[in-house]
Amino acid sequence: MYFRRIENLSGVLPAFEPTAFTRRTFLKLTTLAGTGLTLGAVLPACSSGGSSSGTSGAGAEPLVTPFVRIAPDNTVTVIVKHLEAGQGVWTGLAAVVAEELDAAWSQIRAENAPAQVPQYGNLAFDPKGSVQGTGGSTAMSNSWDQLRQAGATARAMLVAAAAEQWNVPAAEIQVQDGVLSHASGKRATFGELASAAARQPVPTNVTLKDPSQFTLIGRDKLPRLDSHAKSTGRQQFAIDVMLPGMMTAVVARPPRFGGKVQSFDATAAKAVPGVVDVVQIPRGVAVVARDTWSARKGRDALKVTWDESTAEQRGTPELMAEYKRLARQSDALTALKRGDVAAGFRRAAKVIEAEFGLPYLAHAPMEPLTAVCRLDADRCEIWAGAQFHTVDQANAAQAVGLKPEQVSIHTVAAGGTFGRRATPDSDYISEVASIAKATGGKYPVRLIWTREDDITGGRYRPLSYHRIRAALSRDGKVIAYEQRLVGQSLIAGTPFEAMMMKDGIDPAAVEGNAAEQYDIPNALVTWTNPKVGVPVLWWRSVGHTHTAFSKEIVIDELAEAAGKDPVEFRLAMLEHHPRLAGVLKLAAEKAEWGKLPGSGNGRGRGVAVQESFGSAVAQVVDVTVKDDRVTVDRVVCAVDCGIAVTPDVVRAQMESGIGYGLAAALHGKITLTEGRVDQTNFHQYEVLRIHEMPRHIEVHIAPSTNPPTGVGEPGTPPIAPAVANAIRAAATGIKVRKLPFDLAEARKA
Amino acid sequence: MALTLSVNGQPRELDVDPQMPLLWALRDHLQLTGTKFGCGMALCGACTVHVDGQPTRSCVTPVSAVQGKNITTIEGLATPAGKALQNAWVELNVPQCGYCQSGQIMSAAALLADNPRPSDEEIDAAMSGNICRCATYARIRAAIHQAADTLPVAVTKG
Repeated sequence: MYFRRIENLSGVLPAFEPTAFTRRTFLKLTTLAGTGLTLGAVLPACSSGGSSSGTSGAGAEPLVTPFVRIAPDNTVTVIVKHLEAGQGVWTGLAAVVAEELDAAWSQIRAENAPAQVPQYGNLAFDPKGSVQGTGGSTAMSNSWDQLRQAGATARAMLVAAAAEQWNVPAAEIQVQDGVLSHASGKRATFGELASAAARQPVPTNVTLKDPSQFTLIGRDKLPRLDSHAKSTGRQQFAIDVMLPGMMTAVVARPPRFGGKVQSFDATAAKAVPGVVDVVQIPRGVAVVARDTWSARKGRDALKVTWDESTAEQRGTPELMAEYKRLARQSDALTALKRGDVAAGFRRAAKVIEAEFGLPYLAHAPMEPLTAVCRLDADRCEIWAGAQFHTVDQANAAQAVGLKPEQVSIHTVAAGGTFGRRATPDSDYISEVASIAKATGGKYPVRLIWTREDDITGGRYRPLSYHRIRAALSRDGKVIAYEQRLVGQSLIAGTPFEAMMMKDGIDPAAVEGNAAEQYDIPNALVTWTNPKVGVPVLWWRSVGHTHTAFSKEIVIDELAEAAGKDPVEFRLAMLEHHPRLAGVLKLAAEKAEWGKLPGSGNGRGRGVAVQESFGSAVAQVVDVTVKDDRVTVDRVVCAVDCGIAVTPDVVRAQMESGIGYGLAAALHGKITLTEGRVDQTNFHQYEVLRIHEMPRHIEVHIAPSTNPPTGVGEPGTPPIAPAVANAIRAAATGIKVRKLPFDLAEARKA
Repeated sequence: MALTLSVNGQPRELDVDPQMPLLWALRDHLQLTGTKFGCGMALCGACTVHVDGQPTRSCVTPVSAVQGKNITTIEGLATPAGKALQNAWVELNVPQCGYCQSGQIMSAAALLADNPRPSDEEIDAAMSGNICRCATYARIRAAIHQAADTLPVAVTKG
């Protein structure tokens, strides 16, 4: 069984897992060829231990470029530099290559790229590709040109090989569904031409298709490449990786953030059958055992004394009180300033004031954080659903005392992330590397976070507080807007601070506010970064998770105060935001805005719209409110994400974003009491279950010829405010100011 | 302690703590990793297997409690309903991250074995113990209906 596991595992290893010579050659070739977007490197088959592309005889070798491998067995394997965490990148990125190649979808496979920059760097993070990672809904947008070039380049080499073999002009060769043909009757598959194509020079100037010629891109029901494996239990995640002799570890971490190990007594833990080692690491004490159950029992028996002298001791009530105080201080940083706000308020016919509080949130992906490490004297291998490869390499290298280039990362599918697996300190990967180091690399080790570790372990969406004032003119227009935000920075104090902070402002803390997204002549947005010891992180849609909430509720209440229709009121402020206006109109039209049957009387309809990660999303929501409980009956969603490469994935991501946002709206909160997290597992950190998923969700994709933009995150921000607006419209008189919804409390307010 | 379990129709021997939850015996000792760990408290359903046909949370079921019983995991799911569900899952592109889907399918297969034509309400009731953080719930409902539609009512029993 072990050996079969290992063979299976090798199928997910990088294709270029090479001898030193081929690795060097590869790097040299790719570096020479690398001008960012241009593909160049073409390798012979090399000793590709992990390649599934068998050879069909002597001299048969695949065509290999950094992003695609065409094998003699006629499979086309697209090398994917991004983490597949459910958002559909294997399918979407493969479709881009397949389109330009004119491949048949049935011959397409996807394989994870090794951790290697600049080859596989994210061009949205840095055009030079210095950081490989997945985030900000950039996988498609930063790969679009790169992978079209990759597909077109490989296609040109196949065509050149056919032209040479058939002795006909390349321009006369047709390519369709993985077959090249010529009017003379000559015909060959990609597989048959792969070896000859590999010997062709790499073209430097290929022509990309006109979008009107696309046949795979935009195809309505393109089958996902991972559906079968994920419907049969065969998809391998990090938690499923088995190496010979591997041990399993769990870690005891401080109960308060910032705590440290003072001392520990491992006697009882070591007495648990199956426990093999108990070792201290920088983040706690690891119990290593022959299986997960023994490791957990060992940790239960472990006695640790924590030094909490520098730990965060405050609870949520104290933090929220502090945030309210900070929002009233005058020393906040200015994130946005436009026009003359004071003058705007002086001319106001009506002023609306509102305060919003949103809780810490855990990401809680279904696969808890897990990674495997195998450490030798001069090499460290990590298996993980790695989301931040370059950062993870550096952190693992530091933990084991090697250089980053001595750390290889075998990326496997992640059982969800929502941002959680991209951490500046690579928390779980650093831990597993530290355990391997502390146990001398004598066995491969797998680290598993339990659900309790995940819920109590930090890296939350920040707690936030917004204080908003907005002014309406006599003719019902928003003439002034002021928003004071308080919430922890995601990047201050991390290695990204220098790259991402602008004039002391963390863009991720303020992005998506009303002044940014509506035409408001006079506006001021300030931000205060409170000093709190709770570690925070980007959570699906980052700053938009809280800014869209307050923005869309305030705008809706301003519409009501102005006596105007909420959709018309918004459209009047979106002249300079045509994509937002477009999706708002589309959603309103498809939802038959204004015609809700049985409106009032406990039923209500609401709308919200938000642009995030380059895409605009509007949602019209129908709810029923009964006994202060809300049921979301219907969501009509419109999205403009540029060209929808894989429309069914786009729809799935909108459905997913809606469900993820609804979980937070209905249930989500992490609270602290005297520095300790109150929730431990799904009975206390409740998430959305199937009976709460709206029975009716429809997603409409705005037609577009613009390059593709993000879909993983933009579906999330509008849902909570749209539901809040629907609750108010349900004639309940409730103004929502907090999440998760507590209608009984809101009614009293 | 030496135990014998019947897993997917095969006798499997293992030497573990009798209190070890079936989940960890399957995953760590029998290398049947299709069954997933999600919470360890029977709260999320990712670990769902069938014990004598009944959907069971393997993360809280000690191995000593299932000796002599027939255990079916996603790897051994071979009923007509199970296959129909897997086909519908693929056709409707249900999985996203996919981590919870083994448990979802095992719960759905048990549902169809009991109730060959479930309504939305019955699906919600039977599936509410299975969490999906990607919120593929709308497609799960649709796929269960689609699978049910392909099965003759008599065949889904058993």
